[in-house]
Amino acid sequence: MKFWIPALAITLGLVGLAFSDINEYLFFAGFVVLQFVVLASAWNILGGYAGYVNFGVPAFVAVGSYTALVLFKALGAPLLVQILGGALVSGVLGLCVGLLTLRLRGIFFSIATVAVIFILETVVLNWRYVGGATGVQIARPEVSFGFETYTRMLFAVMAVLSLVAVSISRYLQYSHIGQGLRALRDSEEAAECSGVPTLRLKVIACVVSGALLGAGGAPMPMYLSFIEPASSFNLSYAVSALAMPIIGGIGHWAGPVIGALLLGSLQQYVTVEISSELNVLVVGVLLVVFVVIAPDGILGWVKAWKRFSK
Amino acid sequence: METILEVSGLGKNFGGFTALSEVSLAVASGERLGLIGPNGSGKTTLINCISGALFNDAGSIRFNGQEVSRKSAHERTRLGIARSFQIPRPFGSMTVLENLMVPFAYVCGISGKRARSEAREILGHMGLAEKADTQSNQLSQVELRKMELARAMAARPKLLVSDEAMAGLAGAEVDEVLKILFELNAQGITIIMIEHIMQAVMSFSQRVVCLDAGSIIADGTPEVVVKNPQVQRAYLGH
Repeated sequence: MKFWIPALAITLGLVGLAFSDINEYLFFAGFVVLQFVVLASAWNILGGYAGYVNFGVPAFVAVGSYTALVLFKALGAPLLVQILGGALVSGVLGLCVGLLTLRLRGIFFSIATVAVIFILETVVLNWRYVGGATGVQIARPEVSFGFETYTRMLFAVMAVLSLVAVSISRYLQYSHIGQGLRALRDSEEAAECSGVPTLRLKVIACVVSGALLGAGGAPMPMYLSFIEPASSFNLSYAVSALAMPIIGGIGHWAGPVIGALLLGSLQQYVTVEISSELNVLVVGVLLVVFVVIAPDGILGWVKAWKRFSK
Repeated sequence: METILEVSGLGKNFGGFTALSEVSLAVASGERLGLIGPNGSGKTTLINCISGALFNDAGSIRFNGQEVSRKSAHERTRLGIARSFQIPRPFGSMTVLENLMVPFAYVCGISGKRARSEAREILGHMGLAEKADTQSNQLSQVELRKMELARAMAARPKLLVSDEAMAGLAGAEVDEVLKILFELNAQGITIIMIEHIMQAVMSFSQRVVCLDAGSIIADGTPEVVVKNPQVQRAYLGH
C-alpha cells in the first residue's frame, strides 16, 4: 500500500495532465523522460539485480519499434497491440541473450550484447519492407480515448507503461527471484550450491528485462511518425539506460526511477536551452562523477546519510 | 553400512590434461572421510564433479542410489549434497543471516520468521550468533569459513563436502572448525573433508583417501595411509 497508493496517484495524475491544456511540448519531452523510466527500470532487472551488464539496449528498443511498425503496416494494429507485440518479440530476443549467459559472464557477456545491436541493425538496413536505411514515414491513425492530440495520448500511455515497468521491477526485487538474482550476482557457484537454479533465473531476468525494453521502444514509430535505423539503434540508448540506474542507485527498484527522472529531465532541458549535442556530454560527465564520488548512486548517499544520522 | 555416495570409473579432462581418471570411491552413510593429495592432484576437481560444479566426462556418480552425474549443481544441493568452497564465496552484498536465507528459500522452501529463527539457531551452533546482522563481506577469515559451513547446513544436507575449510586458519581456529565438523557428523551428516593440515585430517577422518595425478593411490585408515610408501613419496615428502 505504501507503494501502490502513491504510484497509482502519480500515474493517474500524469494521465490527467494529458487532458489539461498545458503546452504540447511538455508532453513531447515528458514522453522521453517516462520512456527512460521504463528503459532504466528494465535494464536494472538484469544489470542491477543479476549483475549482467547489457549494452544491447538499443537492439531491444529497436526490436520493439520495428515490431510495432510491422504490426501497424501489415495489420493496422492499434497502439496497445503494437506495444504487446513489441514486448513479445523483444522478450524472445531476451531469451536468446539469456542463453548466452550459459557460457559468457562479466565483460564477455556485455561485449556479446553489443554484437546483437550490429547484427540486428544490419538486418533492418537490408529489409525493404521496413524502409531499409532511409526509414519509413507513418501517417498516425485517429487519436483514441478522447485525447486531444496523439502526443498527449502517447504521454499517458508511457505513464502507464512506467507504472507497469516499475511495479514488475519492484515485485522482482522483493520476491524469491530477486533474492536468487542477488545471490548469483555475488557468486554464481555459491548460489548454485545453495539450490538457486541460476540459469533459469538469469533467463527469466533477460526475458522480463528484454520485454520491457521492447515495450518501451514500441511507441517510437508513432511518437516520431517516422522510423529509421540510425536513430532506432542509437548507442545513446545503451549509455542512458545504464547511466540512469548507476546514478540513481543500482539493484533497488527506486534507483533507475530517480536516475531517469533526474537525468532525463536534465537532458531535455539541456537539449532545448543549450544544445542537442551537449545532452550526451551531460550523461557522460555525470556518469564519471557518480562512479568516482558515489559508486552506490543517490540511494547509496541516502543510506549512508541515514546510517550517519542514527 | 549403507552407501550414500558411490563414485565409479570417474574421468575428467581439461583439454588434453587428464585431471581425473578411473576414480572409484564409495562413502558410507555417516562416515568421516579425509581426502588428501598434493596440489593439482585432482581433489577439488573430484568434489566439483560430485557437487555438480563440473560435469564428469566418464564414469558415474550415484547419490543415495540415484544417478546424479547429469544433474545440475542446484538439483544436487536439493538432493542433499552441500559443500563449502576453498576460497570462501559469501553473498557479499547480504548480511550473514540473509546468506542463510537463500538456501532456506531455494532448498527447504521456507522463508520469513521461521527461516530467520532457524538461521539464528544454525548460526548459534557455529558461534556466529552475534554476527547475524553483519554484512558478510566484513567478516574475518575464520568467520567466513564458519558462515560457509552454516550456509551449507541451511540446505539440510545429507553429505557435506568441506573443501579446505581450515586453510589459512590459526591453531585454535582450526580446532573450532574441527569441533563444528564433528558436531555436524554427530547429527548424522556424512562428511568428506579435503585438508592439507595433516593433524586435522588424522584426528577427524575414519578413513583417508589419497589422490595423486588424478588417481587414487591409497585408501584406508589414517594410520595405514600415512605409512603407505606411495603416499609418503607423492605427498608427505619423507
